[in-house]
Amino acid sequence: MGTGGVTWLGTPAFPEAARAALSDTQLRANLHKATSTIRGKRAGAVAELPDWERLRRAGEAIKDDVLAQLDGYLEQLEAAVTARGGVVHWARDADEANAIVLRLAREAGTDEVVKVKSLATDEIELNEALAAGGVPAVETDLAELIVQLGRDRPSHLLVPAIHRNRAEIRDLFRREMPDAPADLSDEPRALAEAARAHLRRKFLSARVAVSGANFAVADTGSIVVVESEGNGRMCLTLPQTLITVMGVEKLVPSWRDLEVFLQLLPRSSTAERMNPYTSIWTGVTPGDGPREFHLVLLDNGRTDTLADAVGRQALRCIRCSACLNVCPVYERTGGQAYGSVYPGPIGAILSPQLLGDFHDEQAASLPYASSLCGACFEVCPVRIDIPEVLVHLRGKAVEAKGSRSPEALAMSALGWVMAGPRRFEAAQRLGGLAGAVGGGTIHRLPWPGSKWTAARDAPAPAREPFRAWWRRTRG
Amino acid sequence: MASGARREVLGRIRAALADRPSPEPVVRDYDTCRAVDDAVGLFAERVADYRATVTWVGAGELPAAIAAALRARSARAMLGPPDLPGDWRVPDVEWHLDEPPLVVERLDSCDGVLTGCAIAISETGTIVLDAGATQGRRVLTLVPDYHLCVVGADQVVVSVPEALARLDPVRPLTFISGPSATSDIELDRVEGVHGPRTLDVLLVPTAGT
Repeated sequence: MGTGGVTWLGTPAFPEAARAALSDTQLRANLHKATSTIRGKRAGAVAELPDWERLRRAGEAIKDDVLAQLDGYLEQLEAAVTARGGVVHWARDADEANAIVLRLAREAGTDEVVKVKSLATDEIELNEALAAGGVPAVETDLAELIVQLGRDRPSHLLVPAIHRNRAEIRDLFRREMPDAPADLSDEPRALAEAARAHLRRKFLSARVAVSGANFAVADTGSIVVVESEGNGRMCLTLPQTLITVMGVEKLVPSWRDLEVFLQLLPRSSTAERMNPYTSIWTGVTPGDGPREFHLVLLDNGRTDTLADAVGRQALRCIRCSACLNVCPVYERTGGQAYGSVYPGPIGAILSPQLLGDFHDEQAASLPYASSLCGACFEVCPVRIDIPEVLVHLRGKAVEAKGSRSPEALAMSALGWVMAGPRRFEAAQRLGGLAGAVGGGTIHRLPWPGSKWTAARDAPAPAREPFRAWWRRTRG
Repeated sequence: MASGARREVLGRIRAALADRPSPEPVVRDYDTCRAVDDAVGLFAERVADYRATVTWVGAGELPAAIAAALRARSARAMLGPPDLPGDWRVPDVEWHLDEPPLVVERLDSCDGVLTGCAIAISETGTIVLDAGATQGRRVLTLVPDYHLCVVGADQVVVSVPEALARLDPVRPLTFISGPSATSDIELDRVEGVHGPRTLDVLLVPTAGT
């Protein structure tokens, strides 16, 4: 089964990729600036709603209901979209989804498609598949355009070019955008203007657009796309043919449920009361917008994720990226170190599950890309307990390595030691000797302890174990 | 085969749910409406936060306010939906109504568009278009660089839930919160990308005026 680009081929395991990212001081400065700005704003936007916690709980419950009855809701959505003139396609994996989109684009007689930012299509590497099939895709979201022009990888769910600052973007535009003004400044306003001029002609002449979906309403067949720039509206209304690729989990049962998510999403993602544009359409409307609408429902590892009773909560995700912005690990390494289109805390639990292969060293390293501080869970608008899933997946990763891995051996040895008070005390005395050597922390332990101290300090053991102290003072 | 994929994906879902999860029921104890002293004032304030302008217009003063807004923006060629009220079509402006439907080159060559709206939301400073009366098809308010929108105080609701309850989901809907913008450079909002870069709102006592 092809799983497309959930993780990027050739990316090293997280610790190695992180080490490289950490030595890039420009990257760290860019990330720190962007994430600290958005953290403050999000807190303000959330504090404005007195019922925020109740909205989060409702969001969680609605999404859990979707997952528990996903088959029924998908059939309902299919019937509603079909009744309003849309065509529904099903794709088991990336290859199947890409083949469907390529065939539809060719049938529409186009040699190029315009695209709205969509993580699902990044995940299946649709752009690469379309280019190979002779129908190149033009990214129209500003950040996606920056990534595409720079032949770069995305580093954030919402702002894929977050690792680039304004001066770097100006230099890229001057180099790669033939129609960019020669005296282009690094003012964000001027950069946005250059992108507007660059894409204008493409929008007005495009025949086929490809989009993702933020939500699909099962009972009405309505599709929701949330955006800022208007590039989404251009793609959703100007071309004759619209193809929307959507993960099977991106449903809400009924129209009313949007009242929860249209409050949770903008405040969590861009920290706005509302994003500039939200488009909602149902099938085809004669005389207004595309004449053909295709909806591609994508599995690509989602049903495998659904089968895991602990891990399935990752499918509640509405891709707001709040967890990235608060994560101390993400803030320092950036998104590319995760080697996946889904970076950050949510990526660390979503990517390995979608890939479904814990023998893959890179994917198996992702659940360890966390200090388990829990900030991600606190901000998650649908209350995904990311630390819980991280620990659960670490268990799966260790299991996949088999019973002779260092972790498994260490844990079984620890189990033996801790099972008997005498053995435990003997071990503690040994540790106490090491502690006599010096200071409050140990920066480097000999192997196999070096595996632990490569990424963290170990606290020096107390000179006297608690059990001995208790006996001495109370015994 | 397409039907094979459908059968297989649905089959995988049923197999994945073999543990028959029974989630907590959805509790809607969040606020579906909130009382505010001045819903229309709050709307005006929040629209202005997006760097759109809001002008209060008294009954009977709308044509003069439209003329003043268009003069201030140097807008001489304007688009409008087919049912644009006659008194909104102020003189000394070239009006292009979308009937028969205008080609995209014409939409692109106009300075702006004048429409009404379906409803507006105070808390978020949002205008909702549903392609209904005085609005026309979606593309009209997208291609021109300037959108002048007439909002009736009687169209303003306080919260997002109140707004959704009033909307018909099968109509094509566009929620507009300020001019087009981006947060893609250093996560900082900048107004003006592909959609209209300027949004002016005229607030009238009732939508019918």
